[in-house]
Parts: sequence; structure tokens; C-alpha cells
Amino acid sequence: MEKPPVALLKNGQIVADGWRRVGDDEPLPDSGPVIVSLARWQREREALKARANEARGSIGLVLNSDQGPASIAGDLAHLDLVALDFPRFQDGRAYSYARLLRERYKFTGELRAVGNVLRDQLLFMRRCGIDAFELPETANVREWLKAFEDFSVFYQRATDKARAAAELRDRRPNRKPEKAEAVAGVWSY
Amino acid sequence: MYKYDEYDQTLVDERVAQFRGQVERRLAGELTEDEFRPLRLMNGLYLQLHAYMLRIAVPYGTLSSRQVRKFAHIARRYDKGFGHFTTRQNLQFNWIKLEDTPDILAELASVEMHAMQTSGNCVRNITADQFAGVAADEIEDVRPWAEVIRQWSTLHPEFSFLPRKFKIALSASPHDRAAIKVHDIGLGMTRNSAGEVGFVVYVGGGLGRTPFVGPMIREFLPKAELLGYLEAILRVYNMFGRRDNIFKARIKILVDAVGAEEFTRLVEQEYAASADTAPQVSEDEIARIAAFFQPPAYQRLPARDPAHDRARLEMPAFDRWCRQNVAAHRVKGYAIANISLKPIGGIPGDASADQMDLIADLADRHSFGEVRVTHEQNLVLPDVKIGDLRALWQALDEAGLGAANLGLATDIIACPGLDYCSLANARSIPIAQRISERLGDDERQRKIGDLKIKISGCINACGHHHVGHIGILGVDRKGEENYQILLGGSADQNASLAEVIGPSFNADTVVDGVERIVDTYVALRTPGETFLQTYRRLGPAPFKEKLYGEAASGAA
Repeated sequence: MEKPPVALLKNGQIVADGWRRVGDDEPLPDSGPVIVSLARWQREREALKARANEARGSIGLVLNSDQGPASIAGDLAHLDLVALDFPRFQDGRAYSYARLLRERYKFTGELRAVGNVLRDQLLFMRRCGIDAFELPETANVREWLKAFEDFSVFYQRATDKARAAAELRDRRPNRKPEKAEAVAGVWSY
Repeated sequence: MYKYDEYDQTLVDERVAQFRGQVERRLAGELTEDEFRPLRLMNGLYLQLHAYMLRIAVPYGTLSSRQVRKFAHIARRYDKGFGHFTTRQNLQFNWIKLEDTPDILAELASVEMHAMQTSGNCVRNITADQFAGVAADEIEDVRPWAEVIRQWSTLHPEFSFLPRKFKIALSASPHDRAAIKVHDIGLGMTRNSAGEVGFVVYVGGGLGRTPFVGPMIREFLPKAELLGYLEAILRVYNMFGRRDNIFKARIKILVDAVGAEEFTRLVEQEYAASADTAPQVSEDEIARIAAFFQPPAYQRLPARDPAHDRARLEMPAFDRWCRQNVAAHRVKGYAIANISLKPIGGIPGDASADQMDLIADLADRHSFGEVRVTHEQNLVLPDVKIGDLRALWQALDEAGLGAANLGLATDIIACPGLDYCSLANARSIPIAQRISERLGDDERQRKIGDLKIKISGCINACGHHHVGHIGILGVDRKGEENYQILLGGSADQNASLAEVIGPSFNADTVVDGVERIVDTYVALRTPGETFLQTYRRLGPAPFKEKLYGEAASGAA
């Protein structure tokens, strides 16, 4: 199936994508960074590492939504990019994968959302540690960027730097709690 | 009750602005209905049979009189003059126009309300014991923790696209009024052997097409660890819950498939691994939230009010209402007054705009301006002076809200059914109305005693039929609306699932069937025995016999 054309959004703008997605049966290019499937990585790990060691191209890996990050936890030192596939908007597994990669496995490379990336999910993705987004080429980027500004208040800490509302609140007493004069117990009426 | 500060208000206002933009994109044709559906669902907006339905969150069932008045206003201005209280302690408007919804949400935001996460595959409105804070039998008020969970789960970036919807309920009393064992997560406040207060955690209960009573996975969770532990459960579910089949996507299916023991191990392992990053609630923050739930300024009153006692003697109807609808309060001289939204022959859970305005006024006059919604689709004034009960009852009675039937056979839970819902197989509301009329004689229902009848119009079980003492399930049989009858369910601390008693009935005969079951119980019970006790003692055989004849019971 032909992949629809995409544009890469990073650091608030559309940038040229230096990475190349290489299919499982496609020969590796002589040079240049490549993104391969988990299966290919597991099959050709040594060749890919050798290629990277010879400075012929960094290694990126794409995880399908049924491929959790635990299987690559030990490999992250060799990877400069992990792409997380969002096959349809209902499939939210990769939000957990993103947080685990950042928070538990301390992955500092590029975390890229690929697949069915939607405007109204960008902010959730960024909050989970994703820092690059493959948008449909037809996306009105200026409009899509506004999605990052939809909210200025967050109720929970996530992977981004945003502080939760509870950490910011002014806790001067809102009102004096009134002392309950009455006696607790079970009373008939 | 909880009051928004600038952070809470900003978030809700920003959500309204975001949704306004989404609706504009839809109306301008930039979004297809397929693209818009998940967006509107995340804001509680469903497309039903005849119109849009907007479901508004009532966090843990607590409302101020100001909010109730806003409901009345919205009902008049944007709907047909009434609203419908649901089994998730929410309020639904059934006749909404898409283009009005941003304005309705803005009106709601002006009284600290929203419709976030009342649908969609996310953590839904948090429910709790409707008597929290006033129940005579509770360990501690759960509302501060319900609010903590509400905030944590709101627009949670990791858990907004779960395999399926996710419902959390809290209770703090040995008598569970929040049905916690039939929720995705049920949290029961408890004390450990050292006397510390924490939560017992149940996971994977639920109704729907595959009902389960949830197993316990943690006997004692310290309060401070609540959010971290919830996050571990949700993460395990988000990563491992099934996404290939919508009917097998709830957490209960996962818990059942791997077994409670293995599921517990997965959660505990995830919880231990996330120790560094688990969300915490600071003591300052829980103290800030708890301060909103301090008891109101109760007066020091004697335990009894002679005028009240006299009124009960003189007015049998008032006495019946007190006996049936008033519950014990933890404070001397006060009572919890239940307002039944189940008038005989009426639509369960419906309230007109005028009734809502009246209830708001009565809450201001008699109950510190607070109203609660119950999952059984009734309302509560939680803090009424015993001496005020008579005036309250009279005002309610004059407005058609004086039904003295709380917990009785006519206090029926029913989903909207085929009158509104695009999923339903059969109508629920007319069946509820006819059962109510059949059993509604005051003397008769009092003699029958406590009886929970619950009606769902389809297998999704919004009417909780699996946990009805008598459950009724609408099914489609060759294009005809039919009804299965189930017996023996319960959603309280001794939760059990009802069993189908036999072949289904049609819309004409189902009411006779229910009546026959009730009469059979009354004939067979020992003195003081409840329906559930009789059913558990005798099993289905005598009921089958009365419904289907000797042959059927013999075959059972």
C-alpha cells in the first residue's frame, strides 16, 4: 500500500525529514539514517550497529501499537529515534509507550508520532514525551499548531515540563472551615 | 462543596473554546462526521434517534442550588423543558441542537460545570456514595478523594484513548450505596489493623453484556498512594486491554482472561516500577480540597422535635414519606431527605425545569444550598433539620415530587431505551411506567417492602438489570420488543448477578410476569424476609413454576 505523503512537524515548524523508512525486504541504503521495523532490528541488529559505527547512518525503530517498549529497553543506547505508530485514533497504547520510553527507560532521542496523527491529539502526544509528528501533507500547519495552545492548565504531571495545577495553586484558605458544633452519631428522626 | 479557583475555571473555559472551534470546523465542513464523532463524544455529545443528547457531568453527584437552576434554565432555553438524571449521577438533555452546544457549555462553565469525559473511551465521571459526608455509617468523607481523582483523570494525556470507557466509584460505608463492586475500579474506604484509613481496591467489575462482580486486588491502599496505584492499573489496562473487539475491550475482560491473581501481579509490578514518577497528592493539596467539604454550620439541636413527631402522627402520608424517604444523618437533629424522581406512572429520573427550580429553592431554604444525585436516579437534600421536614414534604408533594417510594417496587431504574437511544432493542420507560402503575398502591408497595427493579433496553445494561432484585432486559425477537426477566441481583456490599428466569415476555405480558414474581415472593417469604433473602433461600424454582407452570420448574 502506498503511504500517504506526510510533513514532519518538529520544534513548532515543518522541517525536512532526514530519516528514511526502509521496508523489511528493501536493501539498506549505503548511507543515511534509517528507520526499520522491530523485526528487522532484531534480525539485523549487528549489521545495523556496524553501519552506525562506521558513521553511515543512525538507527531508528518503529514500534507498532502492539509492540511495547520493554522489548527494546536494552537497545535504546543504539537508537537515535523511536517512531510510535498510531494506527487509528482509538488506539491509545503508544501514549503509554511514550511515557515509559521517556520516564522509565530515559530515552532522549527523537520520539516521533506516525500513522493517523490528528490535530486534536497533538497536545496529549507532546505531554507524553513525543517531540516529532508526521502530519498529513494537506494539514494547515498554522491551524494545527494552535492545538498546542488549546490548554494552559493541566491537572496532572506528565512527561513534558508543564507543572500540574496543584503545584501552582495559591493555598491561602478559601474560607474558614466552620466548626461543626454538632455531635456525630446515629440519631433517629 | 468544591469551588473552582482560577486554574479549574481556566481549564473548563479553554475546553469550551476548544469545543467551539471543533463545532465550527464541523459546521464548515472541515471535519467529516467520522472525524467529528470522537471529538463530540469526548464532550458528552451523542447523536441519538431524534436529536443530539448532551450529558453533563455531576462529579460524585454533588450539585449546588445555583447549578440546579442553571439546569432548569438550559432545559427551558435549549431543550423541551426537562432534564433526565442518569445512573451515573449525571444529567442528560435529550433534545439538543449541535450549533447550541458551545453556548450551553459556556453557560455550564459559568457555574463550574462541564461535560468533559461523560462519554468516550476515557475515565468517566467519578461517582460516589450520595450520602458522603452526612451518612451516619461512613468511615470518612470520600468526596475530597473523588475530587482528587476527578482532577487527575481530566484530560489525562496518557489515558484519554483507552480500549473502552472506564468507570470509578467510591464508597466509605459498610453499606455500599455506590455499587463499587460492579465498576471498572471500585474504591471502598476501610481501616487497616493499625487503625489507619485507606482504600480496598476492586477491579474489573461491571455490567453490560458480560457482567462481573469485581475481584479485590488490594486489601489496603494508603490514601497517599491512591493516584500512583490508579495510574498503574490504567497503564496495565491501556497497554494490555483488548482493542480488537469492542465487546471484549472493558477491563473486566482482561482481568477475567489473565485471572485476578496475575492481573494483581501486573499492577503491583507496574506500580513498583513507577515509584519515581508516580503522581502524588501533597498534604497541602488534599487539605485544600478537604476544606471545601467541611461540615456546614449546623445548629445544635435536640435529637427529637416534638412538633415533627406530632405531625407524623397526624398526617399518615407525611409519616409514610418520613419512613421511606428520610435517612439517618450523622448530626443530631438533622436528617437526609430523599426526593423521589419516580412518581407513580412517571418517567424514572426526569425532572421538569419548574421542579428543578423548586428543588434549588428548597435546597437553599432547608439544606445549605446543596443537592445530591443518586445512581438510582433520585435526588437528595443532605442536611435538613428534622423540624423542617414537614414543610419540605409539603412543598415537594405540591410539585408532584412527594412520592414516598424510595427503595420500594416503584423506585425503578430505567435506561432511556428505544424512546431515545440509538442502541436500544426495546423501550424501557413505558415498561417502568406500567409496572409502577401496577404496583403503585401505597399500601401494596409498603407490604411488598424493599425491592429493586431495574430495566435496560439492551444488553449494554445502562439500567443495571443484572443487579436488580428483579431485572428486565429488552431484547429484539424477530423485530418484536421482548423482555427477559432476571432474578436475584444486587449491587451492594453483598453484590450478586441476577439470573435469567426463563423464556422472554412481550411488552404486554412482562408486567404480569413481574407482578406474579412479586406475589410469589409475598406468599413464600418468612416474616421479615427480603425479596433477595427469599430468592437466595428458595432459588428460582418456585418463581419459574408460577411464571411458566409445573413443567418448567421440573425441568429446571
